[in-house]
Amino acid sequence: MSDLKNKNKKSWTSLFFDPKIRYMNSKNNKNGLVNYILILTTLVSLITTIGIIVILLTDSFHFFKEIQIFDFLTGTNWNPLIEPNKSYGVLPLVAGTMMITVGSAVIAIPVGLGSAIYLTEYSSSRFSKIIKPIMEILAGVPTVVYGYFALTFITPNILKPIFPNIQTFNALSASIAVGIMILPMVISLSEDALNAVPESIRQGAYAMGSTRFEVASRVMVPSALSGIISSFILAISRAIGETMIVAIAAGMRPQLTSSFLKPIQTMTGFIVQISMGDTPVGSLSYYTIFAVGLLLFLMTLSLNIISHLILKKYREVYQ
Amino acid sequence: MSNQNVLEVKNVDFFYDDFQALENISMNIEKNKVTALIGPSGCGKSTFLRTINRMNDLIEGTRLEGNILFDGESIYQENIDVVNLRKRIGMVFQQPNPFPKSIFENVAYGPKIHGITDKIKLEEIVIESLKKAALFDEVKNRLDSSALSLSGGQQQRLCIARALAVKPEVLLMDEPASALDPVATAKIEDLIGELKNEYSIVIVTHSMQQAARVSDMTGFFLMGELVEYDKTDKIFENPSDQRTEDYITGRFG
Amino acid sequence: MISLKKKRMLTDKIFKVIFLIFISLGLVVLAALIYDIVSKGIIMLDWEFFTRFDSRFPAKAGIKAGLFGTIYVIGLMIPITFFVGTATAIYLEEYAPKNKLTDLIKLNIANLAGIPSIIYGMLGLGVFVRYLNMGRSVLAGALTLSLLVLPVVIVSAQEALRSVPNSLRNASYALGANHWHTVYKVVLPSALPSILTGFILAISRAIGETAPLIMMGALTFVMFTPQGIMDSFTVIPIQIFNWTSLPKAEFELVAASGSLLLLILLFILNGLATFIRYRYSRK
Repeated sequence: MSDLKNKNKKSWTSLFFDPKIRYMNSKNNKNGLVNYILILTTLVSLITTIGIIVILLTDSFHFFKEIQIFDFLTGTNWNPLIEPNKSYGVLPLVAGTMMITVGSAVIAIPVGLGSAIYLTEYSSSRFSKIIKPIMEILAGVPTVVYGYFALTFITPNILKPIFPNIQTFNALSASIAVGIMILPMVISLSEDALNAVPESIRQGAYAMGSTRFEVASRVMVPSALSGIISSFILAISRAIGETMIVAIAAGMRPQLTSSFLKPIQTMTGFIVQISMGDTPVGSLSYYTIFAVGLLLFLMTLSLNIISHLILKKYREVYQ
Repeated sequence: MSNQNVLEVKNVDFFYDDFQALENISMNIEKNKVTALIGPSGCGKSTFLRTINRMNDLIEGTRLEGNILFDGESIYQENIDVVNLRKRIGMVFQQPNPFPKSIFENVAYGPKIHGITDKIKLEEIVIESLKKAALFDEVKNRLDSSALSLSGGQQQRLCIARALAVKPEVLLMDEPASALDPVATAKIEDLIGELKNEYSIVIVTHSMQQAARVSDMTGFFLMGELVEYDKTDKIFENPSDQRTEDYITGRFG
Repeated sequence: MISLKKKRMLTDKIFKVIFLIFISLGLVVLAALIYDIVSKGIIMLDWEFFTRFDSRFPAKAGIKAGLFGTIYVIGLMIPITFFVGTATAIYLEEYAPKNKLTDLIKLNIANLAGIPSIIYGMLGLGVFVRYLNMGRSVLAGALTLSLLVLPVVIVSAQEALRSVPNSLRNASYALGANHWHTVYKVVLPSALPSILTGFILAISRAIGETAPLIMMGALTFVMFTPQGIMDSFTVIPIQIFNWTSLPKAEFELVAASGSLLLLILLFILNGLATFIRYRYSRK
């Protein structure tokens, strides 16, 4: 009986531990305990993912019981709170998120890639050593602080003189702040990608009589392209999920507009608005945030997976 | 006489920070000859090779004293155009390092950056260079496939073709066959013999047999010094320095 | 020909300047941000700011509730995150066999790092606040933040463990030590400085996190400090967010004071991480 039990135990643990390594056979009981603790902690991350999926699905289920998915995804009017004309078309929120994403990408991608090229091709190692900790600080600035900066500095001091009719809450200042927020990420991931190109290829390019710019633009960037693109996608995914900057600086008006000077609302901004308010738990309005959250989750998840696939392909090129 | 010398090296010292890697090197490199540089690893022969096209500039903290004349003109004077220098002095590296582009694009890279945009002309150059590098027949049907799909020996000949495409006057080769198998090595060596009619070649090698097979002149480096520099036959049959003799008879290194 | 050469050199120089401007942009923005926050934030930042609760009047508003809330939440999440994060990294680097399950776990961690923080707030609300009945407590907040930063902590601890040379492990085995002993007494101590560096940076990120805590129901206007882990709370960044959304112009200055406090905390933690990295990388 106890033999059978042992056998079962072994086949179960062999999933988690390499049976060839002797550590499972230790007679020291404490070691056995350690093994189980390690498995338990590792399972936390799996359970987290499962938890997220379960919560989003069950709570948005209540929403989709009453609102057709098709209407939700294609409706152009978002008004879940105010009677009598409640409407649940998510497109204005998606459009708002897209504006912020595109706006921030337009800033962060060229500036980030250019900075990474400067660090790998042009700058001295001393300069890089000074720059990197500063970028780390830039990456660590809390997003509420960026939001505050966008609302109280970027809009009145920088944008207002250029666009006199800009509104207090607007998509532009939020885009700029989100762009700055994701910039360190683009720089450091693109730099990693450029540094992963074998040094011999860079030297080959210089030996052909290339200028630094030609080495960077014609050889290094094309060689590192998949890594660079994957860094762009990760940064875009980050911008889509960014919450506090848009909640503070972009406004709370879900509308389909092409003007960056007007207030908008993003998916994340809407979620914050509802959770700050006094929407009763269990009401349809309350469940909207889970439907929007599910959409947000699916968007960022698919971007992350795409980025992962591109990177995986990239690794195979040099090995 | 000086017409015969494509490169004149005069009292060159070279430093990595505080470490002196080359000490008082002087040698004349003759036109349309193959000059081999031999010596044990770490003796400075590769470092010396990289002073000729100023590739060492890419390493921070390096410094050169003395002078190198190329066609009678100093390559270490201020205002020298390093980019143009590297166009005129091509280089082939130890490890084949094709760009991750197509075969055609690899060879066309140099002419393109140096301003040739005409498609027909580019094609001509690519084919001519591939033929010179004795690679054309093997790749003529797949010029658009990736250079990384070639074998190591083919990749190295592609790198030679890439270097030839900008019509250099001098070709520097840094142990070009050390990563290749014997068959591929033989092909590269045959190629060197043909190329010297048009180019002056400086080749670094750790294989004495290779130096004896391919070169007209041989320089022996030891611990940053040029111990002996003479006709290859002389070096291998009747060296005048005891250290050279010890090395070529295999007593060290 | 000459004009082409000049053109190439010029292009090279022009792009050097452009790239330099690009990289300076980050620095300029950081400088502007610090200047803006410091010049506005210093006005209302006095001792009273730390000892007063929030108020409807800007001149009387203080950060006490948020400060204590942050200390409670972060103080509680530090041991949880460090333990779970390091243990997971040890398992993945030192124990895990290569099979589909462990591949899945690794892929999953990479994906978790890319999930927006507000989604973690939904998880916290659904699991800790509602399902496990913890309410909108310090404990629920600390657990939510723990889950949020865990992927970052795990990945950086994995890198730290990976950089320990195998020769060290072999030396320990050669002395007859068993696997856990080797990990605990040899590998972990030599990886600890870089594990700590990554961990401190993750904590500094957690201190500034706002969205997940708002989402899980942390309060915004609080007139008390938490007395235990089951009490409700607010944190510094939520108070800042609240102040930025108030119409009275003077609250802008209060929000700046709160932001200044956050930035100072960020600098201290970043400095600490850099110090540890510098000190131990010289060896």
